[in-house]
Amino acid sequence: MNQLSSPVAAPQGSGFGATLRTDQWWLGPLATGSLLLAFLIYSTIAAFIGGNYWVPGTNYLSPFYSPELWGTSPHAIFGIAPSWWPTGILPFSAALLILGGPAGFRLTCYYYRKAYYRSLWFDPVACAVGEPRKSYWGENSLPLILWNLHRYFLYLAIIFVFVLLYDGILAHFFPVNADGSAFANYHFLANGQPNPAFNAGGPLEPHHHVFGMSLVSLTLLINPLLIAGYTFGCHSLRHLVGGKKDCFSCGNPVRFKAWSFVSFLNRNHAVWAMASLVMVGFADIYVRLVAMGIWPQVRFF
Amino acid sequence: MSSIGSAAAATRTFKVWRGERGTGEFKSFTAEISPGMVVLDAIHQIQATQAPDLACRWNCKAGKCGSCSAEVNGKPRLMCLTRMESLPDGDVTVTPMKSFPSIKDLVTDVSWNYEQNKKITPFTPAKRGAAGVAADGTFRMQQVDVERSQEFRKCIECFLCQDTCHVIRDHDKKEVFSGPRFFVRAASLEMHPVDTADREPFLKHTGGIGFCNITKCCTEVCPEHIKITDNAIIPLKERVADRYYDPVVMLWRWMFKKKG
Ligand code: SF4
Ligand code: SF4
Ligand code: FES
Repeated sequence: MNQLSSPVAAPQGSGFGATLRTDQWWLGPLATGSLLLAFLIYSTIAAFIGGNYWVPGTNYLSPFYSPELWGTSPHAIFGIAPSWWPTGILPFSAALLILGGPAGFRLTCYYYRKAYYRSLWFDPVACAVGEPRKSYWGENSLPLILWNLHRYFLYLAIIFVFVLLYDGILAHFFPVNADGSAFANYHFLANGQPNPAFNAGGPLEPHHHVFGMSLVSLTLLINPLLIAGYTFGCHSLRHLVGGKKDCFSCGNPVRFKAWSFVSFLNRNHAVWAMASLVMVGFADIYVRLVAMGIWPQVRFF
Repeated sequence: MSSIGSAAAATRTFKVWRGERGTGEFKSFTAEISPGMVVLDAIHQIQATQAPDLACRWNCKAGKCGSCSAEVNGKPRLMCLTRMESLPDGDVTVTPMKSFPSIKDLVTDVSWNYEQNKKITPFTPAKRGAAGVAADGTFRMQQVDVERSQEFRKCIECFLCQDTCHVIRDHDKKEVFSGPRFFVRAASLEMHPVDTADREPFLKHTGGIGFCNITKCCTEVCPEHIKITDNAIIPLKERVADRYYDPVVMLWRWMFKKKG
């Protein structure tokens, strides 16, 4: 074969983007990467804002701010702001206390790992396409070795599913005064400022709640359902409920059923992951815009 | 694509990598395409009419022997399962698998894979009379248990997953990483109801499962549609996490002296 010209090591070439693929392999990672970045930027901003995450006269609460441990909305569990919060350095935001749970769950999720390793870290950007870096440690050393503890974020995430489900149901009950008018006697406005119309002599609690439905309340109900579909399809859960067993027929019928159910959701884990991501982002945007009076809540009844 | 199905004598240009031991170049050939043809047919036609010394491996032409692995238009695939209709118009490139040393033309040396296979403890059934095993050494498996390892048993050892895996392809970690095909094999044994061997140390240390970053290219190219990442690798990673990373499980096992 000495008549061969221009010898190269491999016909596929090497270096970032080197490939003989002729299809639009960059389209998938571009779309995924853009979505992830957009969500990252939006959720960071939304988390730091600290206001307009609830809507007076309703029980709408942004999923980014739930459970609201401290805060200015009537949903706050412990009061307005924790005394230990360094307010001088960072204005208080209820989201900062809790967002680590769901964020950690998604960060260490087997699906999202694939998504960002591919689309943001290019390791690899697409199959049989050259990578930008030679060095590689995989998930074998710090920090990525910690992703092995994904299951601990799962335990937290399961709690969040039920909290958000509770919020979604609660969003269908509207606080009213004795005469049926919307309750409005809050200490604070949605934006976190003291309510100038607050009347210390008037009723501090709604007289009762009426059942109702709006586009916002539906959004807040569908959101936890998507999150449930995502959370209960988790690979770690699949292992935990049954996958760790070598024998399903050896006295583990319940385990097998549970494993089958998780496997069923797991099959489309990526779809659940992305659908719930878009939905939770949209739910925050919607509540925020309604709180700011920009979008209508579209109350059906 | 559009030309297929119309009258006879549609031709396509094939750019086939020709060379030996790592050096070579693309050579252009023309092949006549008829409906239903696969890339391997075209290669055979080129062999018969233009390049009798063109080297390629094949055997079954039915996607079952795993011999004809190559890269068509840059994608690792079986040539015998790649229908011409499925390829876009334009030249078709055919190259050998990138991750293995070239022998000649489309043929590569895949023996590294057989070395990995030897590192895996073979099937080790429980002793006769033990739980699940009869006195004569036979055992019955229920369908639910058969199904799990049956998926892994479909593997035809085409090594397309090994070729595509970036840990091997781009980072050449062949010394410390056994690759997706062997995680599939380990999974089929580890998840077997009567197997007693412990392959978790292999997976963590020699097999290097931690190098896998679950980016799923192995799953994307597997011609047997084995869900390599979801059903073999991730469940094994979870078992490795139980054993080596999860402090609560580790403490629990230590207290109750439960092994693997
Ligand atoms: S999922 Fe893991 S084993 Fe499969 S190709 Fe990706 S890195 Fe390799
Ligand atoms: S797992 Fe799939 S891609 Fe890998 S060797 Fe087996 S059949 Fe081929
Ligand atoms: S010739 Fe057997 S798999 Fe292609």
